[in-house]
Amino acid sequence: MAESLDDYIDAVSRALALPVEEAWRPAVRANLEVSLRLARLVDEFALPDETEPAPIFTA
Amino acid sequence: MTTKPEMTASEIASAVAGGKMSALDATEAALARIKQHDSVLNAFTDVTAERARAKARAIDADIAAGKRVGPLAGVPFAVKNLFDVAGLSTRAGSKINRDLAPAKRDATLIERMEAAGAVLVGALNMGEYAYDFTGENVHDGPSRNPHDTTRMTGGSSGGSGSAVGGALVPIALGSDTNGSIRVPSSFCGIFGLKPTYGRLSRARSFPFVASLDHLGPFARSVTDLALAYDVMQGPDADDAACTTRGLEPTLPLLANPVSDLRIAIAGGHFQKNVFPEAVEAVSRVAKALGTTKVVDVPEASRARAAAYVITTTEGASLHLDRLRKRPNDFDPAVRDRLIAGAMVPAPLVDRAQKFRRWYRAQLVEIFKSVDVLLAPATPCTAPKLGQMNFNLDGVELPVRANIGIHTQPISFIGLPVVAVPVPLEPLPIGVQIICAPWREDIALRVAHALEKMGVVAAPAPRGI
Repeated sequence: MAESLDDYIDAVSRALALPVEEAWRPAVRANLEVSLRLARLVDEFALPDETEPAPIFTA
Repeated sequence: MTTKPEMTASEIASAVAGGKMSALDATEAALARIKQHDSVLNAFTDVTAERARAKARAIDADIAAGKRVGPLAGVPFAVKNLFDVAGLSTRAGSKINRDLAPAKRDATLIERMEAAGAVLVGALNMGEYAYDFTGENVHDGPSRNPHDTTRMTGGSSGGSGSAVGGALVPIALGSDTNGSIRVPSSFCGIFGLKPTYGRLSRARSFPFVASLDHLGPFARSVTDLALAYDVMQGPDADDAACTTRGLEPTLPLLANPVSDLRIAIAGGHFQKNVFPEAVEAVSRVAKALGTTKVVDVPEASRARAAAYVITTTEGASLHLDRLRKRPNDFDPAVRDRLIAGAMVPAPLVDRAQKFRRWYRAQLVEIFKSVDVLLAPATPCTAPKLGQMNFNLDGVELPVRANIGIHTQPISFIGLPVVAVPVPLEPLPIGVQIICAPWREDIALRVAHALEKMGVVAAPAPRGI
């Protein structure tokens, strides 16, 4: 997991021209693991195709 | 009339308007208290003493001339340093923003507070770029808890919590994206209002997550909270998300009875991951309000996860260019979270926004049969400064990421909340009074009733 995520970090870092120094990598990876774990929680929740996003939320 | 450190804003305004105290005396008292205690609390990053004195003198001149003054006449207040203050660079807790040109104009909410007679005395410490729940800041040092200065204020509006909790000022303004008003309110033992998303203008404040950012007041009494909130309401074309609804004053409704309200305790997620003090605080509030009813809020844990995803990705988007050009000038912990946020695939963010719509519909349904939900504001009382982990329900978890687990699922869909302080020993802790969209009046009314019953109160600062 760590290695494949490192490959992904390298690829996105290049695609976005976003520097990731080696010293930062463990923390970036750890944060990305948390973000992806939480995103998966949302991802696995089935929603109807018609569901509209709420990018600007109006209460 | 001499000033007392814990005079409320309404007491000060009444004394000033009645000629018993000058606005200048009230201002000087706040400046003296800041001078006396801020070297310990580290709540302020800027003290705008000359501006404050000039404003106070102008109010006193108006009173001497027999002119009518506003409901906050002579009341000192301060703002989180992400609000534009004319003449200051809006640092938003960062090193990088100190290079910005000084703001030319105050934030809308400062203008509205000052139009009501309040006197701005300074700008307040905060977590870098508001991506924080601790109140710690690597550039300015941590704001400190006024009840125990070895402990966190909570964040990201840490200076706001410290300044009001320490009675340096009776009112402060802050921002809340995921809990940054409610968490410092809880840890510092004060009242905080996170209004409905879009209720108060964010114009000329430094953003974090556009679809989650709210601004709101902190105070030591519910009357003061309502006073400040009422004068700040109103449409503002300078904030695209600001409502066009008319003013809905809450102060005249505060003393209305609460016996007709349907009040319930939020169940599920909101009863998990809590320390005994949070359970005790909710229990005291529920008992005082005469409710034992528990309503499950479906998928609140997933809502928190979705809020996290939206926050980290929108935050990354906001700061992308700064991350490229000045990565070493960030707090490394903030930088590394934001870089990771930039790497979350777009479909996952879109799904989080779609889930938001679904979750909102569930809460709208709940609020058809309930007027008020009660929930912890934080899982615990203020942790020690620098504390990295705590043990929640038998699991060792990072403090920073988990302080906001009970606030995030609420701000995620923009519901109005008053955080009320339960004065437990040795440290206070907050409870969220959560209402349907646009019903700040109900949340404030319940908070006021609890205050009158003596169940909630801002304790005198005992750490300074």
